[in-house]
Order: sequence, then C-alpha cells, then structure tokens
Amino acid sequence: MKQYSLILLAFFFFVLVVGFSWAGVLSSYTQLVLMFVGVNIMMSSSLNLVNGYMGEFSCGHAGFMAVGAYVTSLFTVWFFTTGSVFGPNLLPPEWATVLFPFILLFGGLIAALVGLLVAIPSFRTRGDYLAIITLAVNYIIKSAIENIQPIGGARGFMGMGRVVNGMQEMVDIPWMMIWTWIFAFLTILLIKRFVSSTYGKGIIAIREDEIAAEIMGVNTRRAKMIAFMLSSGLAGLAGGLFAHILGYINPGSFTIMKSTEALVMVYLGGMGSLSGSVLSAVLFTLMLEILRPLQLYKWVVVPLILILLMLFRTEGLLGHRELTDVFPRLKRIFKSEEKVHATL
Amino acid sequence: MPLFEIRELTHFFGGLKAVSDFNLAFEGGELMGLIGPNGAGKTTIFNLVCGVYHPTHGEVKIEDRNLAGLFPHQVTAMGIARTFQNIRLWPEMTVLDNIRVAHNYKLSYGFLDAMFQNSRYRLAEKGIDRTARKFLEIMGLRDYAEELAKNLPYGLQRKVEIARALVIRPKLLLLDEPSAGMNLGEKEALIGLIRWIRKEFNLTIWLIEHEMRVVMNLCEKIQVLDFGETIARGTPEEIQGNPRVVEAYLGKEID
Repeated sequence: MKQYSLILLAFFFFVLVVGFSWAGVLSSYTQLVLMFVGVNIMMSSSLNLVNGYMGEFSCGHAGFMAVGAYVTSLFTVWFFTTGSVFGPNLLPPEWATVLFPFILLFGGLIAALVGLLVAIPSFRTRGDYLAIITLAVNYIIKSAIENIQPIGGARGFMGMGRVVNGMQEMVDIPWMMIWTWIFAFLTILLIKRFVSSTYGKGIIAIREDEIAAEIMGVNTRRAKMIAFMLSSGLAGLAGGLFAHILGYINPGSFTIMKSTEALVMVYLGGMGSLSGSVLSAVLFTLMLEILRPLQLYKWVVVPLILILLMLFRTEGLLGHRELTDVFPRLKRIFKSEEKVHATL
Repeated sequence: MPLFEIRELTHFFGGLKAVSDFNLAFEGGELMGLIGPNGAGKTTIFNLVCGVYHPTHGEVKIEDRNLAGLFPHQVTAMGIARTFQNIRLWPEMTVLDNIRVAHNYKLSYGFLDAMFQNSRYRLAEKGIDRTARKFLEIMGLRDYAEELAKNLPYGLQRKVEIARALVIRPKLLLLDEPSAGMNLGEKEALIGLIRWIRKEFNLTIWLIEHEMRVVMNLCEKIQVLDFGETIARGTPEEIQGNPRVVEAYLGKEID
C-alpha cells in the first residue's frame, strides 16, 4: 500500500487541479501559471538527467524544446485547422482530442533524434565539448526557424489555439491542463525509473568516475547518448505542450535565455535530485510570477538569487539528495521504488 | 591453447617507448606478479590489456580471441576485470550500487524494458540484486551495503573494488597495486583474501605490486619490468637473486 501513496498524492493533486480548472474556480491566469509549472517541471527534471545525474554540461535545452514545439504545432495545425500555411484541415478537428498525445509524442521523438545528432559528435571525447555544442545548437535551431519563412520565421507561428478549441468543442474539459500534468508526471516517472535501473545508474557511475565506469563494463558512449536522447525528448514534449498552452510560439521564446532558466532550476533544486528539480520548478515559476511587477528588474533579481545560491549553498536546495533523505519521516509515507525492489 | 596471451606488445607515447616487446602467456590458474621500479610501464600494460590504450604493435588474446581495438567495456565482457592503483570506486553511490552497476556488461534488458519495468526488467534486476548482495556477503561487506562508498575506510574500499571486479565473473583478474596505502595488518589480510578468492572463484590473477612482502609471499612467478622491457622472469627466489633486478631497483654498484 505504502509504495502507492506517492502515486495517490499525484492523482489527488491532478484531480484537484483539473477539477478546479474545469469548475471555473481558478482564474485563467492561475491556470496558465499552473500549466507553466508543469512544463517547467519537465524542463528542469529532464535537464537534471544530463547535468545532474550524468555530470555533463548541456546548456541548450531550449533548442530541443523549440524542436518539439514546432514539430508538434506544425502537425496539429496542418491536420486539424484550416489556415493560410497548410490549407484546409486534413482531419476533422474533433480528432485532435484523441490524436493530440500521439502527435506530442512524435514531436518529442523528433527532438530526441535531434538530441542524438548532437550527442554523436559531443560524446566522442570528454570535457566541455557538450556545453559548447549545445550552446551552438540552441542558436542554430533558433536561427533556422527564424529563416524558414513558410512557418512564420521570426514572426512566429500560431493556430494551436484553434486546435485546442477544437478539442474543447468536442469535450469541454481543460485539455491542456490535463495533458500538461499527465506528461509532467510521466516525465518524473520515466526519469525515476531510468536512474533507479542498473542500466541508468551507469550514467551516475560516469559522473563519479568515467574511466572506472567504462572499464567495469558500462558502455559509456551508448549510455550517454541514451540519457541525452531521453533528456532532449522530454524537453521536446515540454515544448509541444508549451506551444499549445500559449497558442503562439516564436523563435524568441527558445533563446539561450530559456535554456538558462532551465539551468537555474536545475542548480536551484540541486544536481542529481529529482524531487529538487520538481521543487525548484514550482518555486522558480511562482517566483517569476510574483516578481512580474518588477518588470525588467526581474532579470536582475533572478540572477542575483542564483549568485547568492551558488555562494551560500553550492549544492542547491537538495544536492544529490531526495526529499526523503532530507526529511526521513517522509520515507514512512512514501516508500521509494528502490526499497520495493530490495524487498522483492 | 593458452587462456591469455600477450605477444610482442609494444606501445609508444609520442616518441617515448613505454612498453617494448612484452610477452606473456597464462595457461589458467596462475598467480603471477608484475614488478618493476616506478615508471617501468606496469600500469600501461594493464591499460593496454583493458583497452584504455590501443597498442602500437603486438597482440593481446584471451581464449584465442584478439582484444585489439575493443572498447574497455567489451574487454570486460570477454572476462577480464581489474582494480585500480588509486581506488576508483564511484564515491557518491552506495556500496550495493557500486556492485550493481558492474552488471552492465551483460545486461539482459534494454532502455524500453527499463521504462516499462516489464517482467524481463524485473527479473533481471532481481537477479542483479541477489548476486550483488551475495558478493557483499561473501566479502564480508553486507553491513555496508547501503553506505556510500566514500564513507568506507580504505581497506574496505579496496575490498569493495575487488568485489566489484569479481562480480563480472572474470577469467583473468588484474590487480593494480592492491596493497598500496595499506598498513601491515591490512596487507596480511589482503594476502589471505587474494589466495582465498583465487581458490574460491578459480581465477587467474595477475598483479602489479611494489610491496615485496606481498609479491614474494603470494606469487608463483614474477616478471620484472624496467623502462618498458622485461629484464627477468622466474620464481620469487630466482628474482631475488637476479643481479639485473637488483640493479634496476638499487642501481649499479660502483667499483
């Protein structure tokens, strides 16, 4: 029973959020913030897989988000809406209700493949190459989208709002809230499963001592690529959701600034801590909203917080630890998956 | 057919000849020592065998299969495990996880199995967990299973490292200065441990050692290296009396 309590809690939260959104208790602004929390959880925890668990440094996470956002949006708009870019809709708009998650997954898959393209040259050697290459890829993706005029170029791309409207006309429930949180939980679950398997623990061994990992039988190149693909694929999913929450995307949303936000969340929460990433995504998103009245000064305050954090708590809120390690009493309530294995 | 064979192994680092024309053959079951002054190329030979470096010339074979050009994890899968001169555990992982991860060389499930946690995954993980705990039990490390590797005292870390190598079920075990940094009592215990694992796991062991007490006590045969070249080989008694070995360690006598 105990091991299900985390799932139960997540389910309870999910029902609450979706129920309140549906009943109209939450303002549309609150709903938007809640959805951004979900997207940011996906961004921070997926980046943590590479930067925290694997100990590499990727700083172009927004690039993969952009790939997911554009691929997903292009397909949904092409399939389900009538517009100037793709002409009349291919499929009835109502089908979006069923097909949306599959298109989203497809967008994530494409983002993962782009991740593979980045991983192949980056992981040939050790060192800082990944940081430089991901930085470059972030710029390449942004500039490439800016220069593809048929999909709007720098002006951006829209029409996803009509897709979501089509879903809501079919069944009037807060679709995006539902999908965002389903995929946010899915992200957490997949990362948790990955890093608690012997297969995925290989990447932690790589962080700890790469040569020892390689000699003790870990196929380090493959492990790094798989982890990087998983990470970029999940960022792609986050991008697809982001695009459909806003209904409008432009290349400017996926600059190095966005990547930095993801980095800040990872370091705020603590490297190699999944619960830390979730916690920091929640705190960071709320903080940005609270600081919104400061307007541009927000971007003075937020980096300042990061500097202070690095000075006084280098390991982040929960560096390399999970919430259950900080508050052992939680263990009684949430038995971790690992322990379940041990008792099998 | 020898179990393990090195023929004419030569390796250059730039213009420096680190290893030159090194030859060796194991029939299986030996306990062989590799000694030599600092910088003689002992660890380089281990690194060449493990695939960390690829030899400039020569071949390394286990059970007649050539190891040239293989990645270290592939060499491991062929049955060669090793420990390191300066202990290289994964410090922030638990002792149990250190042993578990060493199962990666023959993992019977893939990425998707881990994501869906299907029956194949659960079965494999259960087996890995059982084996890892069994090895900790055998090595007397059971009480430290959930402890982070970095928190263990030096002697125990060495033991964990040996356990991690054994879990690979090697045919050939390479020990790189196992007694480095140990006190007298720990060294005595180590000699006992190496003898015991050799018998228990039916191993062929090849070890680098500086500590003469350990080498002379333990090894049946010794090969001496100086500046990458083999200068002597034989039983401990023969080595002790060999003038070239004395010269390599102590220098030439001035008359």
